[in-house]
Amino acid sequence: MTAKAGIEAVFRAEYGRAVAVLVRFLGDIDLAEEAVQDAFATAVRKWPETGVPPSPAGWIITTARNRAVDRLRRESTREARHAEAVQLYAPDAPPEEGPVRDDRLRLIFTCCHPALATQAQVALTLRLLGGLTTPQIARAFLVPEPTMAQRLVRAKAKIRDARIPYRVPRDADLPERVRGVLAVVYLIFNEGYGGREDLCAEAVRLGRLLAELMPDEPEVLGLLALMLLIEARRPARETPDGDLVLLSDQDRRLWDRDLIAEGQSLVRRCLRRNQPGPYQIQAAINAVHSDAPTAAATDWGQILALYDQLMVRAPSPVVALNRAVAVAETEGPRTALALVDALDLDGYHAFHAVRADLLRRLGRPTEAVAAYEAAIALTENPAERAHLERRRTELQVE
Amino acid sequence: MKHYLLSVMQPVGEPPAPEVLQGIMHNLDVFHAELKEAGAWVFAGGLHGPETATVLRADKGDVLITDGPYTESKEYLGGICLIKAPDLDAALEWGRKATVATTLPIEVRPFMGEAED
Repeated sequence: MTAKAGIEAVFRAEYGRAVAVLVRFLGDIDLAEEAVQDAFATAVRKWPETGVPPSPAGWIITTARNRAVDRLRRESTREARHAEAVQLYAPDAPPEEGPVRDDRLRLIFTCCHPALATQAQVALTLRLLGGLTTPQIARAFLVPEPTMAQRLVRAKAKIRDARIPYRVPRDADLPERVRGVLAVVYLIFNEGYGGREDLCAEAVRLGRLLAELMPDEPEVLGLLALMLLIEARRPARETPDGDLVLLSDQDRRLWDRDLIAEGQSLVRRCLRRNQPGPYQIQAAINAVHSDAPTAAATDWGQILALYDQLMVRAPSPVVALNRAVAVAETEGPRTALALVDALDLDGYHAFHAVRADLLRRLGRPTEAVAAYEAAIALTENPAERAHLERRRTELQVE
Repeated sequence: MKHYLLSVMQPVGEPPAPEVLQGIMHNLDVFHAELKEAGAWVFAGGLHGPETATVLRADKGDVLITDGPYTESKEYLGGICLIKAPDLDAALEWGRKATVATTLPIEVRPFMGEAED
């Protein structure tokens, strides 16, 4: 790795931390980003000679803050912002962990403020907390770079012009606001699920950050556990050709045992806390799957019980659909199909895929083929589509 | 401090029944009293419908006056409430109360610049 690439890696890792502190100092996200990027330019010049400092985050924050102060002093006209003026002139002390942790929380909640559109929340989170560049985020969401740049500019402008406050929400608002943050991270994870490992890795990294900053929020731990357990199966879920392997067909020796162990440990921690929530329950469902040495050994009874819990807490047709898949294993495909047919999910590809599979198992191939067709028409992911096409072809050949 | 505009988005159509309307007016009175007590009140009022409006347009030295505007919109500005608040979260708290009081959608928009404290 070149010196510059090494420095880039450090900045990427510390970007969120540095920006978080500087937003509080400067009261403005754009100024904070400029300051950090200035510091990066300085680092590229100096670190190859002086070496990487022992606390890169501290160096970046101190340097960025000093440069920002210099620039502000030079600029004669500047609108007064609600910056904490005292901090602007504070001595060069490295920031302590406590206040930095609070600043990172402030930054997360600001990026995921409900007044911002979901797409903007996602983009800001990846940018300010993930340290991804605009081109990287644009590529991740298959959106032209100027569009993504606009999205970020508009979001930051709204934060500034509408004056979204830079703070951790008060206790009464926290549960809902935390839900919003988790939804953004899970969205990023799902975006990366169908093959884009880097996005999943970023979501997991954000999940770990949230768990570090909010260790007492059970749903935060639940989401991290859920993502780890799903990610653990990736090596078995995808063939080298990019084909999809269903859970029931996966070679479980390929599962990442470390991620499973970590995920299950988190699930146990959540169970002890006994403050269940949707992410925790979904994590527990995945933990039951991870426990089974073979597909046949899966404890479907336990999974069904967990889906029953999920239907109480977060009822939705999609949850009912997934529950029906468990019912198929405990009570048979006929009962499951009756449950599925009662759902209003005509626009959802998985609905038709599940119907198709149940019809196939019930020995109704014509209807199954029709259902596979419906699923194929709605499926965007190429690997999923290829899998469904294979299933349909198998039935048509018989 | 910043000024924010809370706009009541009134749907086109028949007004609600008198008893319902009375309830809403009472809720609004309570809401306005809360605003005043908190020092957040700047101004508020209900607007007559768009059919009572007049539009003036400057055009090459002339000023044209028309009855209108008659846009085909499904909703129109029913009333406004100007408030003073330290940040968007505070403004949204008032917006939340306003939408509950009026049962109508409320748009919260910031004014440019600073308000005096």
